[in-house]
Amino acid sequence: MLFSALVGRLYYLQITESDRYAMLAEDNRINLRMLPPPRGRIIDRHGVPMALNQLNYHAILISELTPDLEATFSSLESVLPISDRDRQRILHEIRHKHSFVPVTIRENLDWDDVARIEVNTPSLPGVFIEVSQSRYYPFAEVAGHVLGYVAAVSEEEQGDDPLLELPGFRIGKNGVEKIYDLALRGKAGTSHIEVDATGRVIRELERDEGQSGQELVLTIDSGLQDYIIHRLEGLSAAAVVMDALSGEVLALVSTPGFDPNVFNKGLSEEAWRDLVSNSRGPLVNKSISGQYAPGSTFKMMIALAALEDGIISPDQRFFCEGHMELGDSRFHCWKEEGHGTMEIVSALQQSCDVYFFEVARRTGIDRISEMARRFGLGAKLGIDLPYERDGLMPTRDWKLAVIGSSWQLGETILAGIGQGYVLSTPLQLAVMMARLINGGVAVEPYVTHDLVDGESTLQRPEPVFPSLGVSSASLAIVKKGMDAVTNTPLGTAFRSRIQEKGKEMGGKTGTSQVRRISKWERESGVLKNRQRPWKERDHALFVGYAPYQNPRFAVSVVVEHGGGGSKVAAPVGRDILLETQHRIEEEGATTTAGNAMARRDG
Amino acid sequence: MTMTVGYSNALQMRLSEKFWQVNWSIILLLCLAAAVGVAMLYSAANGSWEPWAARQAIRFAVGMVVLLSVAVVDIRFWLRYAYVFYFLSLFLLAVVEVMGITGMGAQRWLDLGLFQLQPSEIMKVTLVLALARYFHGIDFEDVWKFTYLIVPLALILAPVALILRQPDLGTAIMLVLGGGALFLLAGVRLWKLTFLFFGMLAVIPVGWHFLHTYQKKRLLVFLDPESDPLGTGYHIIQSQIALGSGGIFGKGFLKGSQSQLNFLPEKQTDFIFTMLAEEFGLVGGLGLIGIYLLLVTYGFSIALQSRSQFGRLAALGLTTTFFLYFFINIAMVTGLIPVVGVPLPLVSYGGTAMLTLMFSFGIIMGVYVHRDLSIGRRWASQVA
Repeated sequence: MLFSALVGRLYYLQITESDRYAMLAEDNRINLRMLPPPRGRIIDRHGVPMALNQLNYHAILISELTPDLEATFSSLESVLPISDRDRQRILHEIRHKHSFVPVTIRENLDWDDVARIEVNTPSLPGVFIEVSQSRYYPFAEVAGHVLGYVAAVSEEEQGDDPLLELPGFRIGKNGVEKIYDLALRGKAGTSHIEVDATGRVIRELERDEGQSGQELVLTIDSGLQDYIIHRLEGLSAAAVVMDALSGEVLALVSTPGFDPNVFNKGLSEEAWRDLVSNSRGPLVNKSISGQYAPGSTFKMMIALAALEDGIISPDQRFFCEGHMELGDSRFHCWKEEGHGTMEIVSALQQSCDVYFFEVARRTGIDRISEMARRFGLGAKLGIDLPYERDGLMPTRDWKLAVIGSSWQLGETILAGIGQGYVLSTPLQLAVMMARLINGGVAVEPYVTHDLVDGESTLQRPEPVFPSLGVSSASLAIVKKGMDAVTNTPLGTAFRSRIQEKGKEMGGKTGTSQVRRISKWERESGVLKNRQRPWKERDHALFVGYAPYQNPRFAVSVVVEHGGGGSKVAAPVGRDILLETQHRIEEEGATTTAGNAMARRDG
Repeated sequence: MTMTVGYSNALQMRLSEKFWQVNWSIILLLCLAAAVGVAMLYSAANGSWEPWAARQAIRFAVGMVVLLSVAVVDIRFWLRYAYVFYFLSLFLLAVVEVMGITGMGAQRWLDLGLFQLQPSEIMKVTLVLALARYFHGIDFEDVWKFTYLIVPLALILAPVALILRQPDLGTAIMLVLGGGALFLLAGVRLWKLTFLFFGMLAVIPVGWHFLHTYQKKRLLVFLDPESDPLGTGYHIIQSQIALGSGGIFGKGFLKGSQSQLNFLPEKQTDFIFTMLAEEFGLVGGLGLIGIYLLLVTYGFSIALQSRSQFGRLAALGLTTTFFLYFFINIAMVTGLIPVVGVPLPLVSYGGTAMLTLMFSFGIIMGVYVHRDLSIGRRWASQVA
């Protein structure tokens, strides 16, 4: 009877339940170890690497391979200085981990350290050099906002991909690193290893190398990017350069920049606080996240809305006496003594406020906003970068719904000079400029030549943009006004014109008030920009295009609290457009197919 | 032969004649079981003779010499000195209490310089001999009287108390069960034994307080091993995984992943059967059980052939102890009963256990060799 109990039990365990236990035994024995795939490189339009993987050398210690820990430590210290804190940490880890588990002595060794350790190997039993890959951004501050950065996975980001649980794994946190993270990440390889009960690796049973991340080709010209960021040095500013025909963004700059490399190494709390609390917002990509009143750069929208709806004719004139009365309010032109008689081209040329007060008043806010929206203002453009913002193109309905009060005519008048509720991002201003000069098609901006397709990328198809439905006659009139801004002596940016033959530009300046000037202040004498605190100074704006004859490039520049657009922003815009044309000339000289060289098949 | 066959009469049996009488089938079975043990210890060391297999083989060889030597000694010698050996063992147990070596949470060993001795193992044999002598000496008619049970109960309970203090629950249970079996075999009525058994059951709640925490835990975890998968339940779970994954034919010699990768605890001692069943499957497990069964059958048939009450009881008691040994061990590793720490006879690594087992088989063999010898009820007290 007792025997049958034993036999029965064995039968149950070894035959009836055998499969289940066999599986449990395999679970015990086999550990799946993930192999992190190398992250895909990011290169600019010319193939210049902007994000790549650098070998990171670290020294490790396997305590069971060291017969005398003290001796190894003292000879190690003569080779590689170890701080007291590190020493404590290493000893602590050695005590608390299995003796076969490697303990990191120091990371990020330079070549000298590696060489010294290698030479002294005989006196350093159990000390090894291990190599891993870490992200490196050779351009540092230059492209931080476009590229973004990689950093350790936070708890909320833990998802389905088991790769994310790998200690030390980095994912894209901003810029294209974030948007294209899945494609750049690649697929994890796996290594099936046999382990014993204490977790010691016995042998590798199977290995699958996985798939390294895809390479990402940007439309950015790293040289131009570099040029602009240095041109804007010391300013809190944003600038966007794009190809008005294709939508390729050639440069997208926000200053002050940040060095994405610091995030990878792990930021000290202090350094992080400095970055976040900096009043000039180095972490904010102002070119897509900064929202500014467009100021006078908005006047093209007023003009187009009025022309298209037949509210004004091209030669309709209004008289500017320096201000306009509306009820009790008086709206001032920037030119106190007035511009005299103005028609559309001269009003754009000299940026006459009174002219546009009047045109806006006649057109109405809804039609102005509708036109502005067609040109890309007031809504996200869907660029392949994170944290893009909408800007704002107000309507009567919007105000009633959001603010809760009805629209005032005075607000339309303010909108006539790009003030009041209207807000736009520098990217939107560049797109607006591009759509004004590319024959009126709805070009859309992008920074990569690749599109994300699930976990991989595919080459972006040749874009076909729909027409905006704006008559070419109206567009021609507005363009004539913008040409006059830079190329006629009375133009607000005449001093910043490009004199090089064939590369002349057109554009529009803008100065947007950060706070309203009160009547009292005006009477007691308006303070000069420089006399006000930085935060209260005007933003300087410029939107421009080149070449004048056959427009291709659109640019927008916003200098936060920089002062007047014609004085501060226009020269920057001029330099950028000139540099862009020079660079593209070189590009055309070295390759026959322009930007096609950057394409992977080119 | 008559009831009065003397001591001298047996001496006339020549040594060579005695060897002729040795039951070589039992020797063969013992060799088989020990060979299984050595092979498993070789495997337990991941395919090495060190540190266990070689030493175990040598111990078995020494044990075989002990067995044959004991077998040819006249069983009246063992009858005569049964109490002496018993009290000697008891003394050793008491010494362990005072100056034993502590290992694995219990104080079980005596360090004798050359080797370490585990007196509780010796007690398993000497208790049987002492009880056999006691029941040999009383009338069959008296056996049923309660008063005659006081002495054998004391014989059992004295070492049990000492062993529980070490603490070694497994051995204590073995002694109680082995001794109790002898009561039954000696003719004590089953109902009386049942009565005693329930009496002891009643003591359990009281005894619970005297158990060590780890023993309580073992009992509790036995009831639900998966409640504590990394603690005490780990042994049972891993043992069942190893057994189950072995299947019918096993994973092959040296290829048991549970054993080779140390998931299986104490695989060279208590859990060696698991390892066998993992590497050789159900076939291997049943094979070893078959060997044990044959040994038990031989033991009981020898007891039945013995003409002396002492020989019969000694053979019965020792065979029963042997049976309990492997039954409890296998039941334990398969999860039928709690983990109590009983080694697998002849197979588990352990010197004292091996030698005492070979000694017991020596006695059984001696009973076989001297099966035709009748010994008077009062013989022992007369010569002593």
